[in-house]
Amino acid sequence: MLRSGSCSRFAGSNIGEPSLHTVKAVLILDNDGDRLYAKYYDDTYPTVKEQKAFEKNIFNKTHRTDSEIALLEGLTVVYKSNIDLFFYVIGSSHENELMLMAVLNCLFDSLSQMLRKNVERRALLENMEGLFLAVDEIVDGGVILESDPQQVVHRVALRVLQSAKEQIKWSLLR
Amino acid sequence: MIKKFDKKDEESGSGSNPFQHLEKSAVLQEARIFNETPINPRRCLHILTKIIYLLNQGEHFGTTEATEAFFAMTRLFQSNDQTLRRMCYLTIKEMANISEDVIIVTSSLTKDMTGKEDVYRGPAIRALCRITDTTMLQAIERYMKQAIVDKVPSVSSSALVSSLHMVKMSYDVVKRWVNEAQEAASSDNIMVQYHALGLLYHLRKNDRLAVTKMLNKFTKSGLKSPFAYCMLIRIASKLLDETEGGHDSPLFDFIESSLRNKNEMVVYEAASAIVHMPNCTARELAPAVSVLQLFCSSPKAALRYAAVRTLNKVAMKHPSAVTACNLDLENLITDSNRSIATLAITTLLKTGSESSVDRLMKQISSFVSEISDEFKVVVVQAISALCQKYPRKHSVMMNFLSNMLRDDGGFEYKRAIVDCIISIIEENPESKETGLAHLCEFIEDCEHTVLATKILHLLGKEGPRTPQPSKYIRFIFNRVVLESEAVRAAAVSALAKFGAQNDDLLPSVLVLMQRCMMDSDDEVRDRATFYMNVLQQKQKALNAAYIFNGLSVSIPGLEKSLHQYTLEPSEKPFDMKSVPLATTPITEQKLEIAPVATSKLPEKLAPSRQDIYQEQLASIPEFQSLGPLFKSSEPVQLTEAETEYVVRCIKHTFARHMVFQFDCTNTLNDQLLQKVVVQMEPSEAYEVAHYIPAPSLPYSQPGSSYTLVRLPDDDPTAVSCTFSCTMKYLVRDCDPNTGEPDDDGYDDEYVLEDLEVTVADHIQKVLKPNFGAAWEEVGDENEKEETFALASVRTLDEAVGNIISFLGMQPCERSDKVPENKNSHVLFLAGVFRGGHDVLVRARLALADGVTMQVTVRSTEETVVDVILASVG
Repeated sequence: MLRSGSCSRFAGSNIGEPSLHTVKAVLILDNDGDRLYAKYYDDTYPTVKEQKAFEKNIFNKTHRTDSEIALLEGLTVVYKSNIDLFFYVIGSSHENELMLMAVLNCLFDSLSQMLRKNVERRALLENMEGLFLAVDEIVDGGVILESDPQQVVHRVALRVLQSAKEQIKWSLLR
Repeated sequence: MIKKFDKKDEESGSGSNPFQHLEKSAVLQEARIFNETPINPRRCLHILTKIIYLLNQGEHFGTTEATEAFFAMTRLFQSNDQTLRRMCYLTIKEMANISEDVIIVTSSLTKDMTGKEDVYRGPAIRALCRITDTTMLQAIERYMKQAIVDKVPSVSSSALVSSLHMVKMSYDVVKRWVNEAQEAASSDNIMVQYHALGLLYHLRKNDRLAVTKMLNKFTKSGLKSPFAYCMLIRIASKLLDETEGGHDSPLFDFIESSLRNKNEMVVYEAASAIVHMPNCTARELAPAVSVLQLFCSSPKAALRYAAVRTLNKVAMKHPSAVTACNLDLENLITDSNRSIATLAITTLLKTGSESSVDRLMKQISSFVSEISDEFKVVVVQAISALCQKYPRKHSVMMNFLSNMLRDDGGFEYKRAIVDCIISIIEENPESKETGLAHLCEFIEDCEHTVLATKILHLLGKEGPRTPQPSKYIRFIFNRVVLESEAVRAAAVSALAKFGAQNDDLLPSVLVLMQRCMMDSDDEVRDRATFYMNVLQQKQKALNAAYIFNGLSVSIPGLEKSLHQYTLEPSEKPFDMKSVPLATTPITEQKLEIAPVATSKLPEKLAPSRQDIYQEQLASIPEFQSLGPLFKSSEPVQLTEAETEYVVRCIKHTFARHMVFQFDCTNTLNDQLLQKVVVQMEPSEAYEVAHYIPAPSLPYSQPGSSYTLVRLPDDDPTAVSCTFSCTMKYLVRDCDPNTGEPDDDGYDDEYVLEDLEVTVADHIQKVLKPNFGAAWEEVGDENEKEETFALASVRTLDEAVGNIISFLGMQPCERSDKVPENKNSHVLFLAGVFRGGHDVLVRARLALADGVTMQVTVRSTEETVVDVILASVG
């Protein structure tokens, strides 16, 4: 039932059929290379085992350098690291690199606002639902849904604020 | 910092992962509180987060447990907590494939998607479409149409993207929303515009006219969204490619004008589109190249990367167009992003002058160990291209390659290096010995069986012809002692070639062979025994037939023939000539050097084109008695590309017959053709024996009609013939929309272009790896020689090309490559004539006021020699 899942590793390019399917995966790894978040949008890596192997490879090739783009296993990988987090957006090697970059920047800036500039592992883990919802607003089935961090935060943060309010209430009730 | 998690999580200390020791069963146990009243949103939210986290980590949920959790979760719709509700949507999407009966939430989601809370509506639509099938989709169709044109962008975008996902499943339903999508495309919101354009294109992509109209509209009105703009450029370049539109087309103008867009993303997309167009001239490339040049000095790594990668592609076809960027590229070779540096250097290697090669190679070797295998392959390919351009640099390159060969690296990387070294050896005879020495060293410690066998094969081919063949024996025999079966077998074959070629080595080779006969593997023993016996005969002809030039039959064909033979026992020995020949793969394709990693797909031994035809033809009863298929030609177009009917012909040659296969396509959507036959009028003594019509040709579905022709028996030299062809058929007009034909039809005909049969159709290419041995094997019994003057030909290259394409034979010993600045050349050609007779041609060419050619033909059959000489003259 994976509806967005049939484009192969080399499809979705400007050589093949023009398509809105841009993103193959969004990953967040910690500084040991372990998966904190991973969402694959097609069947390039169908099994968990293949996914983890790919993540390991990505991490090994990128965690020492602070450059922001690489070509790995035939895929374009744009990435960004902050303190103990590594953010990756992956697309076909024919994809417009700047589009992937737009997704990565949107993800990072949205999280940065939601976590009040505190983009690090612990803060992220304490707001996992915020992360889940933010990625869901940015990419849907491989299609870029929104690229403006303000919009994303607006759509997600409404509840963060509310839940903050609620949390104060809960802490008073305790 | 707000602490949201239970005490237990806090105690595990800062920096640890509160989700680390989650147990699936414990979490599912906790999920039972979903059923408690009143609902505790905070705790429930936390549990949903844990469930999604586990799913995200790749934890497997069984159907029963997932369904149970899913049903418990549905209760949470009673709570009005927004975050909790949003997490419910996510859970629904995550579990859509795991849990059963997910459609239970349809009504809750429909309520949310049409409700007052805008925050719910978009995500609810996306969750709903995830669990909906075609029949249910019709029930919510009205809501979807409304949502697509909703004024809230997130709602509209969600509806459009979900529709796009559903096109594959329910095309007919989604197609009805095209008007709404059209309306959304003129939205002010940039994402809505982008999604609407994507959906519109997806619905219309098979209707070229509609796509053209859509492009016209949007290229004129302009689009606000850079994403949509990029999409439009892609659609335009696709259409340009399909219609083979010239570069004066308005579509090309549109793409070129996009180079002046304000947004870098759009500019880059346009530049990349132009660079990827086939047949772009340097002048048309220039504006694209100059924007890429600007990007080279961008502070953004991604943009520099994109620019240099695209320039690298340009440099493969038009190095001169990129020369203007050399300075900018020079600045990038010290870029901290090694991918950018590598691409810059490999581009410079293509555009720079010979003098800069040494410097660039030194630069790149300083960081080659830091880059990924993908880029190492790019470097190797650049070197390979460079060697063809500057043959004199091969010693520098060879040194560099041998160092790379010693480094760590994966299979693709090593294979690229080995291929590169092999091509250098083939191009430059003087580098042969150093190259072979490097390869010998490599196989001493090579974990890749494929590469080891490939190198051993090469050693067997080239080694015996070097001044000192004995030094390779040790390397080869080491393999016999140390390696796996496949490598040992290859080593035995290589050894045999040394024994066959070098008489003074023969005694030692025989001793080594004796040892191989005690090998533990069957294949290795069999080969050793076989070669041992052949070598002991000391006969040149035997060596040539069984050691140098192996079987040239198609392997699947051989398997089939042998199987057939065992099914029908007969007194007659098996006849090798009844087996179809292997078609030599077309190796003339230009090296596709793209800095894109090679595909990981497993290489499969696909049946060749000819094996497929053999199968197809054998299934037609009329053709079963013709014997094995000898040769199938490349398709010949018998109509212009853009006519009512498109017809191409493939000529299949059999021992005494030819079958012409006409692949016809009807491009008129208001006609159905029936009983389609191509009538042929031969110019010579050829006799049309039988027509097999294509029963029916509906619009755009290709069909095949066949014509069987008997070759003249009495005159074996009549190999060429011209046929005038007419297509005859019954037309039935039909409704373009439904394809429903009228009851009556009328006969009609359509004149096709003439079809030529030439000598090349009677000869199959066969590669003789050792032409000299084959020449001796056939012997001079039927040798004939004649001299011709090719007055109209100006260069040796041209003459060689003409002869090869005229005779349709395989050039051997790389004699199709004429060395530069030479006035004479010898071309060796090998083939098999219809009926299974070997033919060898040696053409000595001399250049002086046109080309003089002395042709010597040898064959096992005298008439064949006559046929060849007659047709050349």
